[in-house]
Amino acid sequence: MGWAIALHGGAGDIPKDLPPERRKPREATLRRCLEIGVAALKAHKSALDVVELVVRELENCPHFNAGRGSVLTTDGTVEMEASVMDGKTKNCGAVSGLTTVVNPISLARLVMEKTPHIYLAFDGAEAFAREQGVETVDSSHFITPENIERLKQAREANRVQIDYTQPIKKAPKIAPVPEGDQIGTVGCVAIDTQGNLATATSTGGLVNKMVGRIGDTPIIGTGTYANNLCAVSATGKGESIIRATVGRDVAALMEYKGLSLEDAAAYVVEECAPKGTVGLVAVSATGEVTMAYNTTGMFRACATEAGHAELGIWSSESNE
Amino acid sequence: MGGWAIAVHGGAGVDPNLPPQRQDEAKQLLTRCLNLGISALRSSLPAIDVVELVVRALESDPLFNSGRGSALTENGTVEMEASIMDGPKRRCGAVSGVTTVKNPISLARLVMDKSPHSYLAFSGAEEFAKQQGVEMVDNEYFITEDNVGMLKLAKEANSILYDYRIPIVGLESCGAAAESPILMNGLPISVYAPETVGCVVVDGQGRCAAATSTGGLMNKMTGRIGDSPLIGAGTYACDLCGVSCTGEGEAIIRGTLARDVAALMEYKELSLQEAVDYVINKRLDEGKAGLIAVSKTGEVACGFNTNGMFRGCATEDGFTKVGIW
Repeated sequence: MGWAIALHGGAGDIPKDLPPERRKPREATLRRCLEIGVAALKAHKSALDVVELVVRELENCPHFNAGRGSVLTTDGTVEMEASVMDGKTKNCGAVSGLTTVVNPISLARLVMEKTPHIYLAFDGAEAFAREQGVETVDSSHFITPENIERLKQAREANRVQIDYTQPIKKAPKIAPVPEGDQIGTVGCVAIDTQGNLATATSTGGLVNKMVGRIGDTPIIGTGTYANNLCAVSATGKGESIIRATVGRDVAALMEYKGLSLEDAAAYVVEECAPKGTVGLVAVSATGEVTMAYNTTGMFRACATEAGHAELGIWSSESNE
Repeated sequence: MGGWAIAVHGGAGVDPNLPPQRQDEAKQLLTRCLNLGISALRSSLPAIDVVELVVRALESDPLFNSGRGSALTENGTVEMEASIMDGPKRRCGAVSGVTTVKNPISLARLVMDKSPHSYLAFSGAEEFAKQQGVEMVDNEYFITEDNVGMLKLAKEANSILYDYRIPIVGLESCGAAAESPILMNGLPISVYAPETVGCVVVDGQGRCAAATSTGGLMNKMTGRIGDSPLIGAGTYACDLCGVSCTGEGEAIIRGTLARDVAALMEYKELSLQEAVDYVINKRLDEGKAGLIAVSKTGEVACGFNTNGMFRGCATEDGFTKVGIW
């Protein structure tokens, strides 16, 4: 028992020879965000506050695909999405198609707490953000030079696509798209000292995505899910995560099949989604933590009150 | 294997004072759509084609809340959403914030078949519709006189909602609520437009599919997304079953209702009807909703905890039923 926290900065085809100048800032961010979360939990902040706080930090970091640093649509614009869920009440909030909101996760929380709805998108979500007075900036704030380059490379790779039938991932491999196209999403799950569970996920989506594309991140039960048993945040190829209803299935396997958190997460990652498409972090009501993925790697970190801590990118190495 | 089966719905949560004439109209439409699906199944169309065909017919008729006849946003406009899922490979497509596409369900199908994504929304979805050359109409086409009147009533009933919160008490004092204290989605049921139409089908080869389409909530905030386009919430299909939900969208999302019917069959080995009953009784908390479902073995089931649900179903062995209460 006791508190526990896990967070991720995306799963995907992360090259194992990722140069140190790309790896180190990301590891540093994961470590810093973990410390922020642990400190908040030790200060008896609620799980919901902690996951929001940590995801805000991850959104503010330009190295991960959420908030500042979000990847670009086919039009070169940013369209961010996020969702948050409270395990005890199963209250949840989600947003999509944000272009000016500095911290999408906090707007998702406001949708949860201040509207009769769960999910607001595009112009309606932006209008709600203004009514609520959350911090907004010009869209250019979110766009990094790295992502402009990434879009350029993705567009070149896609030039062979004569229609939409060819999946983007089948595009011919071209030289150095840093960290791969599929790295999306940041997320955090936590259980607080009161035993409350919560989860939060935020993303800029997929490089070169069609304008208006919605992924798994804002969809309760796919990218994000929490109840009184566990809290889950998923990352990877959105379309696969949606089909496999990844978030809810981890919980459903615990609820309906009596699996442990670790077994449930392993089952979903190994049996429910194609290889190379999904990663997740999860915590359970009994204070277990698991971080599972079927991709090359996943930027991830976790800590528990019992003293377990881990930070890693690929398997069979934890460099805490 | 039990042959094909089909179920359709036109929304859950029905005003107990709905005039008999309107009830008859609804039943006639459900019967017509059911027959359309049955003949398609007899012609060996795959389940995924049948659910699309039937939902198109429901969208095109102004009676229910989808396509023409959609409920209006607080701005008096129509924003429709829909999703479709094919059981065998769990392929799926969804659209939200569609304003000029005549048949949103067919656009959802195109997202599934012709885009690398599962879900497109708002201007991006409209843009994709234009590229695909689907039939587009002016937003006015979807707006019916009935719904303009309903929006006015909804706004009156909601006039006390200055901070977006649904009041737990207080609506009794409003004119619109006085005759009917039953609330759905925060509105007196006499004003509430039953959310959503849907169809689930298992074809002769045991393939399941589900499709759901809606105009959403009367007087909804612009940009509001409900359960209908969300895979696992309003719509779900896999090898085992196909499910389409309707009712209080927020409760359906929280309960991941459609996926849970399938998950209960998959992980707890419940039968279709047991899974449907479990979901309605245990997964909805305080919420009100209904759903229709078919299994790969040709069973059909429905469940609801609302005051009525417009629904119809039929199976290959000759069972047919159309009902509201």
